[in-house]
Amino acid sequence: MAVGIWQRLDQAGRNSVPFSTTVAAMLVGMMPLQLPDYSFVAPPLTLMAIYYWAIYRPDLLKPYMAFGIGVLQDLLGGSPLGMSALVYVLSYWLVLTQRRYFLGNSFWFLWLGFALVAVGAGAVQWVAYSLMTVHLVAPGNVVAQALLAIVLFPVPAWCFSKLHRSLLS
Amino acid sequence: MRALLQRFSFMLMVLAAIGLMMMTRADPVFIDAARARVTDAFAPILGFIARPAGAVASVLESGRQLVSVYAENQRLREDNERLRQWQQTALRLEAENNSLRGLLAYKPDPAASYITARVIADPGGAFVRTLVVMAGQRDGVRRGQAAMAGQGVIGRVVQVGEWSSRILLVTDLNARIPVVLETTRQRAMLSGDNSDQPRLMYIPRGVEPTVGERVFTSGHGGLFPAGLPVGVVAATHDGETRVTPIVDLSRIEYVQLVDFGIPGGLAAEAAQPGAMQ
Repeated sequence: MAVGIWQRLDQAGRNSVPFSTTVAAMLVGMMPLQLPDYSFVAPPLTLMAIYYWAIYRPDLLKPYMAFGIGVLQDLLGGSPLGMSALVYVLSYWLVLTQRRYFLGNSFWFLWLGFALVAVGAGAVQWVAYSLMTVHLVAPGNVVAQALLAIVLFPVPAWCFSKLHRSLLS
Repeated sequence: MRALLQRFSFMLMVLAAIGLMMMTRADPVFIDAARARVTDAFAPILGFIARPAGAVASVLESGRQLVSVYAENQRLREDNERLRQWQQTALRLEAENNSLRGLLAYKPDPAASYITARVIADPGGAFVRTLVVMAGQRDGVRRGQAAMAGQGVIGRVVQVGEWSSRILLVTDLNARIPVVLETTRQRAMLSGDNSDQPRLMYIPRGVEPTVGERVFTSGHGGLFPAGLPVGVVAATHDGETRVTPIVDLSRIEYVQLVDFGIPGGLAAEAAQPGAMQ
């Protein structure tokens, strides 16, 4: 019987990997790296994690988890409450409806899909923030952030897939 | 049926997110308290992962320094020479100032005390300019205190938790600081707009700030002590004047929070709709 419990614990631990890596990605994204101008265009690691797990393991990273992580990020990061939550839920939704195009195809499709999501997420954020502050915010940073995110996506994606293969298959 | 249910749950979450955004505007006090709690809860983790980040940053920095060590040395030598002369001038002026104050029976501002804190997070993003530091209510941090790094003002405290707090940088869209220009003694408002260089607002027509002129806090509104350096006038065209902050805002490791000792400065905070106030 003891084996059963350990096995179940082990499985639970493995199953929590998508959620915990997403939270970890969020915290790592907030590190003060002290690079000039870095923090304004810091790639949205959380979005990458949500994108990856929504494609490969939507059963383990549920939409409500994406929502919760978004709320947590807004509370911690000082952005308007609900903004990241909105972006993550919408991205998740988009990914889920288009999942069959990305899944199983080559890495290029995965990358292309992320590019679409990153641009969409940036646009939603920009519109939401401009509406909330009643102020047309200069879009330069958002564009730079999306571009940097697209360029850097393979690195976190590789880490996620390593974790995915070693712990969840 | 399943698909319908799924669509419904997504719609519900989107509406919830929009509802939260509305709530931020309706009840900012409650949201601020929630932010402070959550930041407190995560502060130890953030503080922990900020340490290796600091190590990485210092490695990068030393690499950069190695490249320019010779030129840097040369520059510092010249700087040192010049600063020595300035020191003499400053000492002489200080003595003169003291004696003149003595003649006038001048009442000085209350002495400020400082709280030094480590930066544990730089949440960044494209829209907000804030830092999270590892000092809170129990260390004497209060909402509205000025935050300095090195010799210049970098922002003010907008949210205080038990052992962590958040600083709104001068470049943030919601930051407003009453300032005074060095040479003309003209008052103005330094107003962030999420760019690297905040704007000077409410300068009367005819007053032309000169490039290179320094900008100090004016102390009006009682929020900040007067005379703290904030930045240098960088450029002015079409009546729009930009100021470069004295401190490099992307490389702050430690901040000093200035306890000015005058309560009731909060009335001076500009009420701006939006994220952090």
